[in-house]
Amino acid sequence: MSEPQAAGKRRSLLTRLHLRERIKDRDQAIYGILLLAALIFPMADIYITGGSTADISKAAHAGTWVLLAIGLNVVVGFAGLLDLGYAAFFAIGAYTYALFASVQLGSSPLHHSFHIPFWLMMFVGLFVAASFGAILGFPTLRLRGDYLAIVTLGFGEIVPQLSFNLDQWTGGINAIGGIDQPWLPAWITGPWAGANSISVIQGSVCRVSWSASSFPCFAFSFDPVAYYVLIVTIIILAVILVSNLYRSRLGRAWMAIREDEVAAAAMGINTVTTKLLAFAIGASFSGFAGAYYGASIGLVSPDSFFFVVSITVLVMVVLGGMGNISGVIVGALVIYYVLNVFLPALPPTIEGFANNIGFTALNQQHGDWPGLAGAVARLNFLIYGLILVLVMLLRPQGLFPSRVREQELKHDAVQEEETAVEQAQAV
Amino acid sequence: MTIGGMSLPDFAFFLLAGLTVFYLLVQATVHPAEFAQITIFGVADGAMYALVALGYTMVYGIIELINFAHGDVFTLGAYVATALLGLFAVNENSFSFGNLVALLIVFPVVMLFMGAVNITIERIAYRPLRNAPRLAPLITAIGMSFVLEGVMFLWHGPATVHFPDILPNGPLSQITIGGVLIGIKDVFVVVVAIILVALLAVFINASKLGKAMRATAQDRDAAQLMGIDINRTIAATFFIGALLAGAGGITWGLYFNNITYNLGFRTGLVAFTSAVFGGIGNIPGAALGGLIIGLISAYSDSYLGSKWTEVVIFGILIGVLVFRPTGLLGMRVPEK
Repeated sequence: MSEPQAAGKRRSLLTRLHLRERIKDRDQAIYGILLLAALIFPMADIYITGGSTADISKAAHAGTWVLLAIGLNVVVGFAGLLDLGYAAFFAIGAYTYALFASVQLGSSPLHHSFHIPFWLMMFVGLFVAASFGAILGFPTLRLRGDYLAIVTLGFGEIVPQLSFNLDQWTGGINAIGGIDQPWLPAWITGPWAGANSISVIQGSVCRVSWSASSFPCFAFSFDPVAYYVLIVTIIILAVILVSNLYRSRLGRAWMAIREDEVAAAAMGINTVTTKLLAFAIGASFSGFAGAYYGASIGLVSPDSFFFVVSITVLVMVVLGGMGNISGVIVGALVIYYVLNVFLPALPPTIEGFANNIGFTALNQQHGDWPGLAGAVARLNFLIYGLILVLVMLLRPQGLFPSRVREQELKHDAVQEEETAVEQAQAV
Repeated sequence: MTIGGMSLPDFAFFLLAGLTVFYLLVQATVHPAEFAQITIFGVADGAMYALVALGYTMVYGIIELINFAHGDVFTLGAYVATALLGLFAVNENSFSFGNLVALLIVFPVVMLFMGAVNITIERIAYRPLRNAPRLAPLITAIGMSFVLEGVMFLWHGPATVHFPDILPNGPLSQITIGGVLIGIKDVFVVVVAIILVALLAVFINASKLGKAMRATAQDRDAAQLMGIDINRTIAATFFIGALLAGAGGITWGLYFNNITYNLGFRTGLVAFTSAVFGGIGNIPGAALGGLIIGLISAYSDSYLGSKWTEVVIFGILIGVLVFRPTGLLGMRVPEK
């Protein structure tokens, strides 16, 4: 093989991938960086921490939020519908999986427990949540936009309360624990997951509820790396799916409705069906994420689905840039980091700092003073609130605004300026 | 589709309302004393919800913003009042002249202070975003809600804070009519609410600023063309809403004597439901809605159990919006 040929081949490969153009395109560049980070992160983390998988477990948990944000982005960002009860669908998905993949229903009035595999229940959770979304959306989507927000807010309050109250079925405050783990026929491990050599794992014994025979398998059993791989795969599929939806006829209809519903209806778009689809698709993502959440945590309790969850997902979407999938993913990761890594780590860090510079007295508790770490921990609310307000004041469009929307807004601004100039000249 | 001259949603709404009223009438005839007692609790609760609901409905009416921070303005009012009452030598558990003086000072001071806080919030978090995407001010409202809760959390921590019990209580302060106890507290709360709502009604209908508010709520651009200072009018709306919320916070504290930093969240949602129930943007509607929601929550607490109250209230919220989106007193608003 001669040198020039190889070089030519390489160049043609590069041109075929349009790498340069892709890097120049902001969104493509974000995708590239995220994908690269997702691949390198677990290996780097295991290498640095010497085999600890705590961070990977956190990252896999963050993935749930990314999935939720991608789903809510369809509702809020694409179709412009405000959903303030998104956590309700998350709860519905999680409870659907938890009920049919644990011993819970055995102690319910049904007296029979189910153990349906995760891979099936994932889609059942999706379907159940989407159905609830459609049932809730059908009568309300005909109303004005704000009313939808209020109805979803009410729904979001009712669902966790119901899961408290119907304790015969859901265990109420005792939560549902011991939820079945997903399994695969086999799993490959290697140096990237901290093992010494590449090998196939089949260490567990699995059985499905409809057959008596058992078989060797790989059970996830809270293996963070397996969950990480699973959620990253799901997110990649979700991104592909949603970006194709966005570019489809349906996506354009959503955009039209978002910008001007009356005009969209005049153009022949069935606004109720189109909005309903956005709402149900958004809900299905939440249900799907709920099933994953139930499996990966192994415990589903009513208090993980309160209003704060809906708000946090909404903040992720708005902060990242409504309507822009890559921005929303970044928004979800940033907010997750702030809430689950940055704020919890702040009190001990500051306490240590005070010790180092000689203000040890501040760390002591006395009277009303809860000690420096306690005081900083109490600041959490305040800091989170200030972050929200400041980011919105500085960048009301979000960190990475949707390109299409940006163009539209610019266009509007230019037109307004032109009219202003014309008016000034006329005067 | 119509049933008996009514559209199907209207029919369903009246059917449900009728059944509820029928059940309550049965209760009222079987256990009249118990029913009357519950009603009194409900009216007192409702009066406080109404005070908070007015702020939601006024702000929504004028800038179409669900002001999530409003519930926390209400709670902060109670916190500030606790601190202020601590400065006076008030007698707990017995009423004295000093208590009356303290109350007469604390009420206006806290109300004005909360008004100032709410104007500041509007100036910092909402006004710069008036022409931003609609979700942006909603997020800052949630942010301000967290900030206020954070301030209260920092101040007193997560524990329940005791609000001085300075209204008269004990056997002399309540009268019994046919086995029904009516305390001075119940009367006090209702009287305060009635006075404030009456003052508000006069202000909105008779004053120039009230007229400006109504005009701005109806059509902001047209109002501006008529020479109304929009920013001033909106700030005034926030100010008045916070006056009422502050008063609501104090009465809540005086009535229940326990407050927590996140009290405003649930109370705010219930008050907001009241505003929607009465017809959002409609001021008499919010007062009426607050009263009805207070009654419903008291009946639900007693007849269904308190764990179902939240489900009932938010179920009503959804039901009203689905069947009667304009609320009880709201007008039909065409889609913009």
